[in-house]
Amino acid sequence: MSEKILEVKNLTQQFGSIKAVDGISFDVYKGETLGLVGESGCGKSTTGRSIIRLYDMTDGEIRFKGEDINGKKSKRDLKEFNREMQMIFQDPYASLNPRMTAGEIIEEGFEIHGLYKNRKERKEKIGSLLEVVGLNREHANRYAHEFSGGQRQRIGIARALSLNPSFIIADEPISALDVSIQAQVVNLLKELQRKHGLTYLFIAHDLSMVKYISDRIAVMRRGKILELGTSEEIYQNPIHPYTKSLLSAIPLPDPISESTRVRIPYEHEDTDAEATMHEVFPGHFVYGTDQQIAKWYK
Amino acid sequence: MSETLLEVKDLKINFKTYAGIVQAVRGVNFDLKQGETLAIVGESGSGKSVTSNALMKLIPQPPGIYDQGQILFEGRDLIPLTEKEMTKIRGNEIAMIFQDPMTALNPTMKVGKQIMEVILKHNKKATRDSAKKRAIELLDEVGIPFPEKRFKQYPHEFSGGMRQRVVIAIALAAEPKLLIADEPTTALDVTIQAQIIELMKKIQKNSNTSIIFITHDLGVVANIADRVAVMYAGQIVEYGSVNEIFYNPRHPYTWGLLGSMPDLENSEDELLRTIPGSPPDLTNPPKGDAFAPRNEFAMQIDYEEEPPMFQVSETHFAKTWLLHPDAPQVPIPEAVQKRIDGYLAKDGVKHV
Ligand SMILES: Nc1ncnc2c1ncn2[C@@H]1O[C@H](COP(=O)(O)OP(=O)(O)OP(=O)(O)O)[C@@H](O)[C@H]1O
Ligand SMILES: Nc1ncnc2c1ncn2[C@@H]1O[C@H](COP(=O)(O)OP(=O)(O)OP(=O)(O)O)[C@@H](O)[C@H]1O
Ligand SMILES: [Mg+2]
Ligand SMILES: [Mg+2]
Repeated sequence: MSEKILEVKNLTQQFGSIKAVDGISFDVYKGETLGLVGESGCGKSTTGRSIIRLYDMTDGEIRFKGEDINGKKSKRDLKEFNREMQMIFQDPYASLNPRMTAGEIIEEGFEIHGLYKNRKERKEKIGSLLEVVGLNREHANRYAHEFSGGQRQRIGIARALSLNPSFIIADEPISALDVSIQAQVVNLLKELQRKHGLTYLFIAHDLSMVKYISDRIAVMRRGKILELGTSEEIYQNPIHPYTKSLLSAIPLPDPISESTRVRIPYEHEDTDAEATMHEVFPGHFVYGTDQQIAKWYK
Repeated sequence: MSETLLEVKDLKINFKTYAGIVQAVRGVNFDLKQGETLAIVGESGSGKSVTSNALMKLIPQPPGIYDQGQILFEGRDLIPLTEKEMTKIRGNEIAMIFQDPMTALNPTMKVGKQIMEVILKHNKKATRDSAKKRAIELLDEVGIPFPEKRFKQYPHEFSGGMRQRVVIAIALAAEPKLLIADEPTTALDVTIQAQIIELMKKIQKNSNTSIIFITHDLGVVANIADRVAVMYAGQIVEYGSVNEIFYNPRHPYTWGLLGSMPDLENSEDELLRTIPGSPPDLTNPPKGDAFAPRNEFAMQIDYEEEPPMFQVSETHFAKTWLLHPDAPQVPIPEAVQKRIDGYLAKDGVKHV
């Protein structure tokens, strides 16, 4: 496999008495898409926000391109980090200033990073970004609050793409979009990745889309990564009971089969022995005690 | 046959903006029976949220204008009602789960108190103790771990999906006749989503609640809906029972939607199918069929005249000239038909 672009070691993020992220470790390789799925509230957004330095982490270490992201940085390096790593935020309502037009929102980044100084060129770039995400040029003059939920989400995507980043944390980037625009955005992300070698951390709930877009998938629950492997492995050969439960709950566009769907409920079992990550196959990791792994793996 | 709870007739809603008048909802008609679930799907920006906000009379005026139409709730038109009269209905008889959970929550009030207030308002017999107990129960029912602890926290201390579940708990606390859920489970993982849907179904069964469920997830639609309305550019373009929409779709936009989904068997190397082009500008909707420029089967008439709703079956309608008796027979696109056949074969069904 290619080089590691991001290394997360023992990341812990605590809010008051709640351990939102509880000592997780994973690597992301250059040019791949790592899908991050799991229970709502398990710490996916917090993980993304820690990586992009929105939170000071409680414990652990994160390296981007070999450098500690919290190490001392010159102003210039920090600015470059802020350009290279972008996040598409989960909540399109909270993350866009409603009093700004779509054009102004995108332009802000150009301003900060001194890109496309020529007015005409800048306007052209904004228009083409809006088109790339399935909006039209005229939308540049509309205020954020005048857009629907899915339209706002696309402004956020356009903003993230505008600075030619190399690493994008996409936090539920498509769930607010209709399936045809989802397909459009996912195709776009794939194409950008093929052409420019972009790397994605893709957080989502739609497991069929996650499978389609991700090379590898990490499954989280209550602040921990429970299973990590290639998409193929996770879907064909899930080992952790929580992963199995998730897979059994994916609804299909087939009313007859939905009317008889049987979910596998997940029952968490508390254990005395210490749980650790086990590599059950090369590249396929499962979190549990030795005993649990032996039992699940049968 | 159960009774009709809601009838929406020729609803038109505009917004005055700097860029011109946005015709967000352009003549929407549907009805809803007691205990029935209608799913509304469709293009982002097609007017799903505006339509459902209108049912609660929550369109801000200005810039919004109720341009035309009626919203008959138990036979009574809501449009002319005063704000005071609407306040009695809102949250009580009609409750809504908003697409954006933060609009429904008070950021400065503890979550538990917000739920308790609704319970106390809607149930005159409830005491503070019983309301508190019920609020914690509801938090538990929507799958929030440690509900007693969470009861005392503020909304910003919750994750996106947890906030949404609080909003769901508040809406359910009111035991409304009509529950409007605007993308209620979009922010939730599939197991919690399934749990919430089961809870909604249970409450529906117990109190004969009618549900309008807006979502982009066609799997969820297949699971929850009795009937489905497909919206495009401010109008309902197809309308039918859940089986009719999924196994015998007639509108080319619906074909496009069903064709865009990845299925779990999709190979990663092929791009997903999309609908070419972009939706029309609603400040200046096109003449004829709004979908025509993106419809590979469009005919001359599509650019000239708006199609009426053509009837496919007693319960199934679609707004496309392709259903006119003189139009050429256009079969469902192969890729979509193949997928439908695949599902039906797995279900062991020949024809629907
Ligand atoms: N700013 C904050 N203050 C206090 N607690 C927080 C804060 N942000 C998140 N949390 C808590 O941290 C945990 C993880 O939240 P996070 O937003 O990372 O979850 P998530 O996996 O992204 O969930 P979802 O799928 O619902 O978006 C939750 O218990 C949440 O309540
Ligand atoms: N306050 C407003 N001012 C101007 N235009 C608005 C306003 N609110 C909504 N619109 C416009 O009305 C149209 C319908 O919006 P609506 O929010 O109903 O879409 P939607 O179908 O719910 O989309 P989504 O799936 O993205 O949530 C959109 O074109 C939107 O831009
Ligand atoms: Mg999140
Ligand atoms: Mg909406």
